[in-house]
Amino acid sequence: MTNDKSLQDSIAKKQSGFWQDIVGNQAFWITIVVILISLIMWFVSDVFISERNLFNVTRNFAFIGILALGITPVIITAGIDLSVGSIMGLSGMVLGITMTNGAPMWLGILAGLGTALLVGLVNGTLIAYLKLSPFVVTLGMLSIARSLALVISDGKLISKFGPDNDAFLQLGGGRIGFIPNPIIVTVLLALILWFLLQATPWGRYVYAIGGNEEAARLTGVPVNLIKVSTYVLSAFCAGIAAVMLVGWLGSANNSVGTGYELNAIAATVIGGTNLMGGVGTSFGALIGSVLIEVIRNSLLLGGVNPFWQGTFVGTALILAVFIERIRNFRSNA
Amino acid sequence: MALLELQGISKHFGAIQALDGIDVCLGPGEVMGLMGDNGAGKSTLVKIMAGNFPPSSGTISLGGNAVHFNKPLDARRQGIEIVYQDLALCNNLTAAANVFLGREAKRGFSFVKLLDYRTMYQHAGKLFAELKSETRPRDLVRRMSGGQRQAVAIARTRLSDAKVVLMDEPTAAISVRQVAEVLELIRRLRDGGIAVILISHRMPDVFAVCDHVTVLRRGRKVADKPIAKTSPEEVTGLITGAIERA
Repeated sequence: MTNDKSLQDSIAKKQSGFWQDIVGNQAFWITIVVILISLIMWFVSDVFISERNLFNVTRNFAFIGILALGITPVIITAGIDLSVGSIMGLSGMVLGITMTNGAPMWLGILAGLGTALLVGLVNGTLIAYLKLSPFVVTLGMLSIARSLALVISDGKLISKFGPDNDAFLQLGGGRIGFIPNPIIVTVLLALILWFLLQATPWGRYVYAIGGNEEAARLTGVPVNLIKVSTYVLSAFCAGIAAVMLVGWLGSANNSVGTGYELNAIAATVIGGTNLMGGVGTSFGALIGSVLIEVIRNSLLLGGVNPFWQGTFVGTALILAVFIERIRNFRSNA
Repeated sequence: MALLELQGISKHFGAIQALDGIDVCLGPGEVMGLMGDNGAGKSTLVKIMAGNFPPSSGTISLGGNAVHFNKPLDARRQGIEIVYQDLALCNNLTAAANVFLGREAKRGFSFVKLLDYRTMYQHAGKLFAELKSETRPRDLVRRMSGGQRQAVAIARTRLSDAKVVLMDEPTAAISVRQVAEVLELIRRLRDGGIAVILISHRMPDVFAVCDHVTVLRRGRKVADKPIAKTSPEEVTGLITGAIERA
């Protein structure tokens, strides 16, 4: 009986306590920073907590947030997806062209998302089965998808979305209660990703591949299939971001999503995802995107020349990685 | 009756003859030491038994039935488990997650399968207890000692109904105390009726746990002797070639 009890103790025993886990968590510290900046801005600026500004901040963060959530599993497997911004552009353009030619909204969205899935499938297949470098493949796709968007649109801007025009603009620009639609989509995606990563074998395999790909292969994990699925998911999220962004902007143009991939990668890394693979969370991607948007918004409200935004966001990124390095160094010593 | 039997196993890579007519016979609860210098063909032989590649000629039988492996999973399904030299562990996962890697306990509905954490922690905990290891299921492998890592890799072989366990250099890079732990683990596998093949360079370990020792040199088997009828000196001579055959 005592033996059985000691077995149960050993099974229940954790290496570190609840608080240790929290304190050792990058996303926790970023959350603190977000709260601190928000508090400061609340005192300094009377606009920051206004409904209109919060509406802007939350909605702006949503698009980067959706992309960041999508690339999180890719980065956990030690891959990278540089093409998500361009996939947004292509996907948005396909959707725009479909709808402007009189197709109903569901068909337009289907075409946009379908395009994204197809591009993700190409990315994943080249990376997993032909063993090409993720960096190179998705860099190539960044260029290809952007160029295809120009080809199919002939460089034109689309601002009329056929018979379902109003419903479509409502989808991206509307809100339910106080909450803008893009935010609802972002939070839903975050919950789904959290569930997939923590509760399913798929999530377990994603972490395993990032931890030791060879070990995963030897123990029978379908490594190639899982890798393809992460790139497809990443592209799918880019497609969803495109639907919401085009609906909000009210037009599809060729610059949709340009440079978004770098912000999305920055957001995931700030949230504690490790580019070397094996580490990362859904919440981290979310809070990282929030931090970037809060920094940008604070600078804007503080009257700082917007040209400085990149400097601050970039510094936050490097600082986040630097602080993580220090913490890891101490916990390993 | 023989549990694992290799007959006339040969393997050549192009013009290079890596293995030449190897016979091995192993009964339940038997521990065999597989020794030889670098390039003697130990790894090739292990990889053939593990299903990494097929032999050029020769047959493998398990419990009297001929078997063919196209990939490592085939070998595992037939009851051959391998503890790899680098242990094939994921540092970022828990001990239990590593034990169950690739064959997670699942629960749930017909097509949505969820990880069954509770079952995995419980089962892994029992396996570690059986192995008398202090490893705990929720511990991250990153923070474990070499001996604990070995316990995780060995516990993995206990998940299924393994008949043969191949261990590739399990004591190569760990401390003296941990070596003793690993040898103890091997004895526990043996007591459970499992046949163990221990690939090792360390003479004392082989003499401590093995029933007999097979020596390879340049792809040929030069000795297969009960441990009681040989000595470290003789085995060393056989490995280096100072003694031609025994």
